[in-house]
Parts: sequence; structure tokens; C-alpha cells
Amino acid sequence: MSRENSLVSAQWVEDNLDTSAFVLVEVDEDTTSYDAGHLKGAIKLDWTTDLQDPVRRDFLDRTQFEKLLSEKGIANDDTVVLYGGNNNWFAAYAYWYFTLYGHGDVKLMDGGRKKWELDSRELVAGVPTREKTSYTATEQDHSIRAFRDDAIAAIGVQNLIDVRSPDEYAGRLMAPAHLPQEQAQRAGHVPTSLNVPWSKNANDDGTFKSDEDLKALYAEVGIDDAKDTIALCRIGERSSLTWFVLKELLGHDNVKNYDGSWTEYGSLVGVPVALGDEPGAA
Amino acid sequence: MCGATEGGLSLDGVNVTKEAIIQGQVLRGGEPVGKAYVRLLDRTGEFTAEVPTSATGHFRFFAGEGAWTLRTLAPGAEPVDKQVVGTIGSVAEIAVVL
Repeated sequence: MSRENSLVSAQWVEDNLDTSAFVLVEVDEDTTSYDAGHLKGAIKLDWTTDLQDPVRRDFLDRTQFEKLLSEKGIANDDTVVLYGGNNNWFAAYAYWYFTLYGHGDVKLMDGGRKKWELDSRELVAGVPTREKTSYTATEQDHSIRAFRDDAIAAIGVQNLIDVRSPDEYAGRLMAPAHLPQEQAQRAGHVPTSLNVPWSKNANDDGTFKSDEDLKALYAEVGIDDAKDTIALCRIGERSSLTWFVLKELLGHDNVKNYDGSWTEYGSLVGVPVALGDEPGAA
Repeated sequence: MCGATEGGLSLDGVNVTKEAIIQGQVLRGGEPVGKAYVRLLDRTGEFTAEVPTSATGHFRFFAGEGAWTLRTLAPGAEPVDKQVVGTIGSVAEIAVVL
């Protein structure tokens, strides 16, 4: 993949809003954002109700995902353009999710909702109706999804990239600071994981930095190109954005997103945990 | 969830004695600015969190002890930085004027 076939600009989306060249999908962390105004023609995916199994902590299974996309009117050969708030955290999560189930052509709108709003571009209230489809998904592509045992096995062996803020990584905060901090699990990080906050990938307006700047960022922290990589954060959405950068923009071969992330790892019994600003030893 | 609700989360059900709350309002010409973006930077200048302001221009963070910077982005305005200190059990109230 490359920037050209995985990312579109807000200007390109605005220029093509009245064409049927793509299906525009908003995925927000604040699931009420869409209802207060969205890009013309965009449909909504609610990450809390549409994209999670209603009982277990897991994603929709293949059949559930096929049903969801069919009901939303998304076809296998549609180009899906995703955008959302919070610098595209959940849009990147949805991008990874669509890729996990083998959707052929999916793209992110660079900068997401924030860039669109800061540019004072148009938001509308109208909700489009789309004909139902008969969507067919593939089995999950586990070459891009890490599970807890993969994370443990990667300690001291693979590149582990923890994309949370430095204070979360060090154990000084338990969650992003727009959320209350009281949590059940332990604070800290997976030993030997490198802290590359997701925000280092982005400009203040939420757009991605240039490929040159991104390459320099990961070279500077000492990512080993010869090794496989696992990205993690707290619940797997910010690390989807870093997965997108490493896999789709920079073309690294084997990059997985650990969606269980710290809320799973930090609750496991008996696993090693490192505290403080240093990666710690294996 | 990991949601950045507009204006920040409500304090309903939150034990404020265990939180270092930083909150306030973004104003331009005395009027509240909704749909601005307020980001919280740590003592090294690194991003820690961000929320869009509410229709009344309000924002709220649950920070830790220590020095923080609030950086506000809004359409048609240069970014504005404000220094703030977080303290567990207290609320730092900040007005950001564009």
C-alpha cells in the first residue's frame, strides 16, 4: 500500500461529494457527533454498537460483519472512505477492521472531521438512504491482528510500539486525559515496548506528516525493520492509526494491531509490566 | 470507551477527589466558541488528549499532578497556548481567549 491508494485529502472529498465514486462513512469516538452534522452523503458506523460483539469482548464475527455492511448498503466493490473525530482514531480503527475482513478498497480522509471543521467546510443534517447489498467478507486476516499471547511472545523479540501518551506509558495516567483516571487494571507498559505516541504521526490539524518525517520518526526510536511489529495502545484504536502509518503509508511488511491492548494486558495475571519512561528489560 | 465527548465528559458519577480536573471555556470577542479543539500537552510538550468544545465553548480534562499546556485550535484563529497546573482533588478553571 501507499499514501496514494490509502489516503485522500479533505479537498478531494469535497470536490467529489456529489459523485457516486465512493461511500463516505463516519466513525466517531463520540457517537453523537454524526447526529449533530456530518459530511454530505455520509453514513454512520457506531463503534460501540455496530462494531462490537454485544456480549463477548470481541469484534463481530464474519457473518455479523456481512450482515452489518449489507444493511448499511456497502457492496464488496465499493470504495469506502472513512473519516471521524479525534484525529481519525476510530476511522483508522474501522479502516483496520474493514481490512481485517478483506474489503478491497478502503481509504482514510486525511485529518478527519477536525481538519474538515477547522477548514469551515459544510456539514449537513440529512441522513442518506442506501439500497441494501449482499456483502461477502473473508475470514479475519490474522496477519494484521495480534492477540495477548503474541504480545507476550514479542517481548524482547519483536518491535512493540506503544502509542499511548508518555504519561500513560510510564504509568502516571491510566487513560487518555479526556477520561476519568480511576481504572481497575495495573498501570505501565509491556517490557521492551517503545513509546511512540500516535500524535507524533500527525500534524496539529490531524493530517498525517510526510512519509519522510514518518520514516525519520521510526528510525529515530530504533524500530528494527528486519523484525515484525505489534502496535498497541489502551483499547486498540489509537494503535490502529499507527498500524495504518507503518503498514499502509510506509509499507512495512508485517505489522499487527493488538486490539486487546493495555486494558487486556494490564489485567492479565502474572505477565511482566514495566513502569517509568524507559522500555525496561525482557 | 475512549470517547472525546464534546465539551468533555460530565462529572456525574466521577469521584472528583481522585481527579486533577482542568476545564474551562473558549471565547472570542466575549462569545463562546463551539467546535474549537482544545488539546492537553504534557510537561515535555507531547500531546496527551484533545476534546472539541461544546456549543457553549466548554472543555474538560482529567489530568495528573503537574504542569500542562492547553493548546486551542479554532477556525480562523492562530493556535493559543495557556499554561496550567493540575492538582489531584481540585479543579483548574481556565478561560481561553482567541
